[in-house]
Amino acid sequence: MRRSPHVLPGFALAMGCTLFYLSLIVLLPLGALVAKATATGWTEFVAIVTGPRAVSSYRVTVTAALAATAFNAGFGLLMAWILVRYRFPGRRILDAMMDLPFALPTAVAGIALTTLFARNGWLGQFLEPAGIKVAYAWPGIAVAMAFTSVPFVVRTVQPVLEDLDAEVEEAATVLGATAFQRFHRVILPAILPALVAGCALAFARSLGEFGAVIFIAGNMPNVTEITALLVFIRLEEFDYPAAASIASVVLLASFAILLATNMLQAWQGRHAGRG
Amino acid sequence: MPAAARGGPGRETGAARRPSGAGAWFLVALGAGLTLLLVAMPLVLIFAQALRRGWGAYLTAVAEPDTLSAIGLTVLVVLVTVPLNMLFGLAAAWALAKFRFRGKRLLTTLIELPFSVSPIVAGVIYVLLYGAQGYLGPWLAEWDIRIIFSIPGIILVTMFVTSPLVVREILPLMQAQGTDEEESAHILGASAWQMFRRVTLPNIKWALLYGTILCTARAVGEFGSVSVVSGNVRGETNTLPLQIELLYNDYNAVGAFAAATILAMLSLVTLVVKAIVERRAAAAR
Repeated sequence: MRRSPHVLPGFALAMGCTLFYLSLIVLLPLGALVAKATATGWTEFVAIVTGPRAVSSYRVTVTAALAATAFNAGFGLLMAWILVRYRFPGRRILDAMMDLPFALPTAVAGIALTTLFARNGWLGQFLEPAGIKVAYAWPGIAVAMAFTSVPFVVRTVQPVLEDLDAEVEEAATVLGATAFQRFHRVILPAILPALVAGCALAFARSLGEFGAVIFIAGNMPNVTEITALLVFIRLEEFDYPAAASIASVVLLASFAILLATNMLQAWQGRHAGRG
Repeated sequence: MPAAARGGPGRETGAARRPSGAGAWFLVALGAGLTLLLVAMPLVLIFAQALRRGWGAYLTAVAEPDTLSAIGLTVLVVLVTVPLNMLFGLAAAWALAKFRFRGKRLLTTLIELPFSVSPIVAGVIYVLLYGAQGYLGPWLAEWDIRIIFSIPGIILVTMFVTSPLVVREILPLMQAQGTDEEESAHILGASAWQMFRRVTLPNIKWALLYGTILCTARAVGEFGSVSVVSGNVRGETNTLPLQIELLYNDYNAVGAFAAATILAMLSLVTLVVKAIVERRAAAAR
């Protein structure tokens, strides 16, 4: 490279440190996964990742993540809405509470939720007699995923809702739109890209969630076993090819969602720029 | 916390008002009720369970030798991980915010990569590299170096998981501030260190503090990836979250929740600092 065209000093040092750290901590280990999964061979790889126990784990993980995301789409939107639109006592505390699931370590969330929904727990004692078994069953997985991923929806929708022009809504009101029409025709189209992006982030987080889920799941193979746990078990059995293959499926799934979300946000940016 | 997750309180909009009408109050009540039930109640439960048998039992549980040694290991992990991630964050943000070069977007994507990697996968990749049957395993065995099922492995996966946190907090700020102030300092004859310490650092100190606290909280609480590489040796390679799992699986609820209160209090501190930093940032606007 020729003499630096930059005015400020420190480019080579900063860039060198960044690349060194990144290569050592992030790229080299990820490369090991790619190498291991590739070395497994295509037929064996397919046999591992389409094995019955693996497929059951995908089904459990994806359905629970979908349920959690669907709940958070509603709950997250509601929270973003009331936090932005209304001034009421306790709003600041409620706003701060929305970050708690990010701040609380997942293992702590896991044992707290399990105890809460267990048969003699504060909520479980009412739900189980009603025939709703949450802890040590599929709904528990969805509850844990919903808890850990709700901030993604709230914090993605909130800024967009804050920037929304009040005049457009006022115009709609003046023109005789009902509250539902205002929401459906004016607000929802404006925040939909952010809502979808937030849900995609929440979904991706739910797919990979481990700590909060394993305490409450029950972890019965083929029934309530999530994919992340299956990877963990294969590793404990020293079955490295299986662990690497299933882990690469998890990794590819989260990359695909990340890519889709980025494309969506780029589209949203253009959309907002036009408006 | 992801970039998408920086909503933040305090910004007033024209449409914000006191709830009027039954519909608005219903929405507020529903939101507050669900938050109390699903977010606040688990938090309260942690403290209630920890103090179920009184303060004496709580203090005994916290002072239990294995728990204390787990706290010690966790502190060690933080002391190594957080300063290194701060340096990495500052270096990466400096390069990305103050210079133009090709491949910037690729570099940003690579830096943020660990955010989209499941904790379990993060653990697995380190085992595949440094484990006994991993790519570097035989070579490490020859030199009698143990990384997996040992403290270096725990530190390495924690570094992986927390590496984007500092960059993510300071980069947007440094990009917004541009290079004018630094260039003036440079032209006026400031050395690189003087420029950094007198110009750049004061401009980003609150974001850097918040990023560092997020990094610390995450390093302390990391469970999935650490659980893969730790080997769970009692009193040796158990960090605090792993110790909580162990106590919980031993049906020692008071012990598990007592240890959990330490982590819960740390996360509450994070939330308070976030509120302070955001208020300062709003005041600076």
